[in-house]
Amino acid sequence: MSDWLPKSAAGRRWLGLAPSYFVIGIFMLIPMVIMGVFSFLEPNPYGGVKPVGSLAAYIKIAFEYDLEDKLVFNPGYLNIIFRSFQLSFGATLLCLIFGFPVAYYITLQPENRRNFYIYLVTIPFWTNLLIRTFAWIIILGRGGVIEAPLLATGIIDDSLRMMYTDGAIAIGLTYSYLPLMVLPIYASLEKLDFRLLDAASDLYANRFEIMTKVVIPLCKPGIIAGCILVFIPCLGAFIAPNLLGGGKKLMLGSLVQFQFASARNWPFGGALSMLLLSVVIITLIFYARAAKNRAAMEGSA
Amino acid sequence: MKRLFTTFAAITAVLISGLAQASGELFIYNWTEYTPPELIAKFEKESGIKVSVDTYDSNETLLAKLQAGATGYDIVVPSQNFVPILINEGLIQKVGVHALSNFKNMEDRWSFPEWDPEQEYSGPWQWGTTSFSYNSELYSGTGASLKEFFEPSDELNGRLSVFQTPDEVISLANIYLGIPFCSEDAKQMKQIQDMLVTQKESVVAYNSETMSDLLASGEAIMTNHWSGYSRLGRLTGAPIVYAYPKEGVVGWYDSMVVPTSAKNVENAKKFMNFMMDPVNMAILTDNQGYGDAVKGTAAYYSEELKSAPEINPPSDLKVFFAPTCSPKAQSLIDKVWTKVMQ
Amino acid sequence: MSDQIQKPSTRKGKKVLPVGHYRGLSSWTIAFFVFLYLPIIVLIFYSFNANRMVMNWGGFGIDWYLKAFNNSDIQKAVWNSLIVATVATVFSTAIATIGALVLARGGNFRGKTVSLGLITLPLMVPEIVTAVAVLIFFSAIGMNLGLGNVIIAHITFCIPFAFMPIRARLEGMDTTLEQASRDLYASEWETFRFVTMPLLMPGIVAGAMLAFVISMDDFIITLMVGGAGSTTLPVYIYSMIRRGLTPEINAVSTMLLLASIAIITAYWILSKKTQTSTEH
Repeated sequence: MSDWLPKSAAGRRWLGLAPSYFVIGIFMLIPMVIMGVFSFLEPNPYGGVKPVGSLAAYIKIAFEYDLEDKLVFNPGYLNIIFRSFQLSFGATLLCLIFGFPVAYYITLQPENRRNFYIYLVTIPFWTNLLIRTFAWIIILGRGGVIEAPLLATGIIDDSLRMMYTDGAIAIGLTYSYLPLMVLPIYASLEKLDFRLLDAASDLYANRFEIMTKVVIPLCKPGIIAGCILVFIPCLGAFIAPNLLGGGKKLMLGSLVQFQFASARNWPFGGALSMLLLSVVIITLIFYARAAKNRAAMEGSA
Repeated sequence: MKRLFTTFAAITAVLISGLAQASGELFIYNWTEYTPPELIAKFEKESGIKVSVDTYDSNETLLAKLQAGATGYDIVVPSQNFVPILINEGLIQKVGVHALSNFKNMEDRWSFPEWDPEQEYSGPWQWGTTSFSYNSELYSGTGASLKEFFEPSDELNGRLSVFQTPDEVISLANIYLGIPFCSEDAKQMKQIQDMLVTQKESVVAYNSETMSDLLASGEAIMTNHWSGYSRLGRLTGAPIVYAYPKEGVVGWYDSMVVPTSAKNVENAKKFMNFMMDPVNMAILTDNQGYGDAVKGTAAYYSEELKSAPEINPPSDLKVFFAPTCSPKAQSLIDKVWTKVMQ
Repeated sequence: MSDQIQKPSTRKGKKVLPVGHYRGLSSWTIAFFVFLYLPIIVLIFYSFNANRMVMNWGGFGIDWYLKAFNNSDIQKAVWNSLIVATVATVFSTAIATIGALVLARGGNFRGKTVSLGLITLPLMVPEIVTAVAVLIFFSAIGMNLGLGNVIIAHITFCIPFAFMPIRARLEGMDTTLEQASRDLYASEWETFRFVTMPLLMPGIVAGAMLAFVISMDDFIITLMVGGAGSTTLPVYIYSMIRRGLTPEINAVSTMLLLASIAIITAYWILSKKTQTSTEH
């Protein structure tokens, strides 16, 4: 039966990879190219594009034609982009602060219990993001889980107004991607040789120094991987800003979706997407370079 | 291995054939909570056609979806000013509504309207007004003027909610500032823009779907609202009052039309005909609390509906129907709204 | 390694933590898990709220579950979700399997990094960008198969998810059994079918489960790409959230939650078993 398999190794490789290339090539690469092309066309006022070339979409990111048709600098969208970066950085930082000690703690546990902890950490992640974010509406909302007991016991008299704020979005984002920070850090820490800590202690390092000078540098790859795994999805996040931001606090992801839903400006949506994609690619290139450098350094050490 | 392959192929074939649409179906794409289940159930029983309903939150979303090439919808429900756009873009088709058997039941003032002069495209759904509503327990005003909405008092304290799409918000602004609809004058639109940007400071959310929930929970004290939808909110027990400001309100008329890509055109026509029967239209009106364009429905209204303030506006209320704006005016509206939303 | 971590010892009556241990770690971890599970617990708890307004507790009741069960729109959405997830899982797992076989076993050939990059591309690109690009693509070529569009999009982004466990399993598998089979004059095909595949099966099943869960959970791509009648469960839940916050959403969400947890638990148990079974 193996006669219909190509004889050469190259032939088989091609056969095995062809379906992947076919599917992802046609249904991801080509669409992204088309999207890139569309971003250089003019929008049809009622949705779709006109086959007329124009840089309008990209200009629109930073400039606008005001009501008198003059080209003026427009910080509005840049604000949204800036806010997206701000919130993504914030969420990544929060995830790091929250997640690192937990990853460390799990590493300290006996081997058979570790997997159970990891299982506990991953469960929420595999459940639907939409409904987990929706739960935060109930928690943060007026008269919700946090406010109800505080109001009842008279600790506060009026609502804390947590919903529809940047803070709510930050909490939502942090919550969504927390496991993605814990897992890579844990994977890194797991390989840590704890005898190094003993050695450091013997050399009169105190607890703090052990952590900062031994542990953290050794699990840097995990920390970096975790940060990237959180930062990138946060940038393009759509659900948290939509549900928790009330349509007032737009982020890059919800802004893009808005262009295709109500705003009917596909080229602009495409331009924003290309922007988002470029940031992702740049981040990944940095990461790959850093990984290569480290490997080179470790190899020569 | 061969067995595995054939089973796999068989399963795929079965699943894909299940996707092929059976005859006797109808796909309705309508506004959120605008299609009463009991109405659908009645139609299904009487006609044997199976009905599915998807929802959208605004005319703009509907247009965007149809423009993106979404197919499979047999009936969509745009407002009057969007019907000409859909016709021009070739997104809806003629179905000869005037030739349907129940057409004779249509009220004269709504037959052969401006946006469908030969009544080829559209069948009636509901018509109503757009204004604002407030939570009467948390607000001491009476909604006597649009000023309370556009220049909110401190009492609102940042708990105002505005529609997420520009169409009706700008129209209300037009009414308040005395600027004609579909203005192509940049200076006038700048006035509107400035007012909306100032208003934004008091806005907690831009929302076109859960206004009643926001009012009921107190998350918002005042929201944009539609007459009938506001009544539905009030009927759940929340203290929601629909305002009739002296400057006037926006009127709109929603009709059923059939997209060009519809697969069940005959069933769509049957449904349109079904709705022009006063008995059925009354079910809709009773459920929704708006006005309808079919003669004789009032006889079937429930008591509660007959006295509801949302369908019995003060006799001196000014109602303005927005026409379809020219692309130039539309682009000014888009610019203003983009500025506000940033 | 864990045996190198000492237990806390007591010296001079005061508990001294050994090197590497820090005070407060366990409390921090407990707080972490509380934060992680709070929304889930809230969701489940409020699904039993007898009151219509989600946030005002009105007593205990399972009415919302009954309502959700009888809701034909929900049933249709679940059915759609299952169809999409099943077909997408079958195809993406098959594609990922042969891809993984090549990439894990093929040695270092030219284009290996590119192929690896391509297969993991859907993971790296933000979902909104994928959703929008696929929408534009389908609209530009005029492809409108309704649920078919959704299925194709799902197959595409499920491939990397199915790929990862399979590749991990392949890299962990040593080839001695397969070599032994060849030494015993089995043909390449027989070796593949009777030795490789059964050994690989746990990885394939794990990959399939992952792909299934990812497909069931997908929201943004289905929202943008789906046409009429292709509402899946997450999209339906979204429209419910926009329509008004009633506990019915919680009831549906809880059921979806429990289903996901069941699948993930099965995946976890399965991967535990394969770990132990290959470690003799």
